[in-house]
Amino acid sequence: MLKVENIALVLDGKPILHDLNLHIREAEIHSILGANGTGKSTLASLIMGLSGYRPTAGRILFQGEDITELPAWERARRGITLAWQEPARFEGLTVAEYLELARRHGRNGDLGPSECLRKVGLAPEKYLRRAVDATLSGGERRRVELASVLAMMPKLAILDEPDSGIDPLAIENIVDVIRTLARNGGAVLLITHHEHVAAVADRASSLCGGTILKTGDPAAIARFYRNHCLECLHVNEPRAEEVAGA
Amino acid sequence: MPETATELTELSAAMEPAGAPRALLLHDRFAGLAVSHNRILRCRSVDGLHIEGEETPTGARARIVVEPGVRLAQPVHLCFGVLPKEGVQEIVSQFDIGDGAQVSFVAHCSFPNAERVRHLMQARIRVGKGARMEYAETHYHGPQGGVEVLPVAHILIEEGGFYRSVFKLVEGAAGVVRLDYLAELGRDAACELDAKVYGKARDSIVIKESLVLNGENSRGLAKTRVVASEQCTSEVIGEVTGNAPYARGHVDCVEILTGPEARASAIPKLLVNDQRAKLTHEAAIGSVDKKQIETLMARGLSEAEAVDVVVRGMLR
Repeated sequence: MLKVENIALVLDGKPILHDLNLHIREAEIHSILGANGTGKSTLASLIMGLSGYRPTAGRILFQGEDITELPAWERARRGITLAWQEPARFEGLTVAEYLELARRHGRNGDLGPSECLRKVGLAPEKYLRRAVDATLSGGERRRVELASVLAMMPKLAILDEPDSGIDPLAIENIVDVIRTLARNGGAVLLITHHEHVAAVADRASSLCGGTILKTGDPAAIARFYRNHCLECLHVNEPRAEEVAGA
Repeated sequence: MPETATELTELSAAMEPAGAPRALLLHDRFAGLAVSHNRILRCRSVDGLHIEGEETPTGARARIVVEPGVRLAQPVHLCFGVLPKEGVQEIVSQFDIGDGAQVSFVAHCSFPNAERVRHLMQARIRVGKGARMEYAETHYHGPQGGVEVLPVAHILIEEGGFYRSVFKLVEGAAGVVRLDYLAELGRDAACELDAKVYGKARDSIVIKESLVLNGENSRGLAKTRVVASEQCTSEVIGEVTGNAPYARGHVDCVEILTGPEARASAIPKLLVNDQRAKLTHEAAIGSVDKKQIETLMARGLSEAEAVDVVVRGMLR
């Protein structure tokens, strides 16, 4: 479904991603593991096509089409979306309107705004009329963001730390959202530090120093991540022996 | 159909783009005042609320009194308009909200054909002890931008009173706007002044909201949202004076520029005369927040559609 081929990205003269290859299959949940600063959110922004994240080398193929030069909204209309770790807030826009906007260019899934909110553990009667503004807590806003992704029902959802700042009791809601997306034929690119959330993945990749080191079984990648990446002292500058010895 | 009824029908039709349902103006159940140019077309009181209107050569004079303790369940509708292309309308009003009373006003002002229209509002408002008044004013101006709007209000809020106003001009061409509101607050009184204006073409917008916190524990918020597009210029002045212990005041200004030739400035002025008072301000001027735009673009909205969603939400 998505092929990221030999991507390099330089921001402000600093190499951030290099020689990056990633393949996401149809309806696959694919998690990305990596320490802070290794380029996970940058990769998410690059796949979404956000301004300032155009690759300096390589290409991105989505369902066989080269989308490297497409702006974010055209990628979204082809079925890609991104849920931010710290989503934007909108004065005067209600949760109901925000979810309807997501449905406008989505796959018109069966889930209406109320069902989407229930899936993320928010009561529709309490939240549909609220504004997507600073009156929502960080956790509530992230859940609304996930509900918005559900409302869109994309072909590829990029979820950037969807569990960040979420009540531990609500983690199951997030896992349920991820599974719902996949059940509906959508692929999920999941960026998370939460092992329980990462466990839903079909495959995983380890990102270090701006490139994918390994891809494979999530448990094996998690072991690699625990043994090598958490204490990695050379963020953005991986040494060959670390990879070779994994 | 009598002449007044015809004019009232025409005026109510002109109010619809400002968001006023016709029934609001025509139905006898609602108290209110309707002035077309300098003709009073409707002046209706209800129990506990008295409206006196008087025509003047250039507009109308009105006195609105709510008796102490009266709580009106239905809003009072005020309606001002100039239907011809040219004209001056000067409204001088006095509001007296008795102690413990509660009332909300819904005001609509429409100038749909304006090419050279001046609309002047001078209001003196007293909100009695423990009383509550809300005033929502929505304008509709025609596309020519030929309107000058000069609303001036002096609001006195007595002990424990509450006043909130929302001035909204987001449909049609704003033209020239010079809004100048001053509120003086007594002990435990609270006030919110909120203005929302969408400027286009060569519109010129100046909004001044002033809060004088004279009473202990008084609280005030001056909030402004302006979107300036094309060659529009916008200036927002938010002033708060803290004269009493534990008074709290805040100025909140956001001005968004959506065109390279639009200009905006914000001038917050905070003056503290009692060390126990606390005043704050925040102002943001510039283009629409990039993250907001990208969030909406990630849902498939084009950049122009995303800007429109953000701007419309902010001005709602």
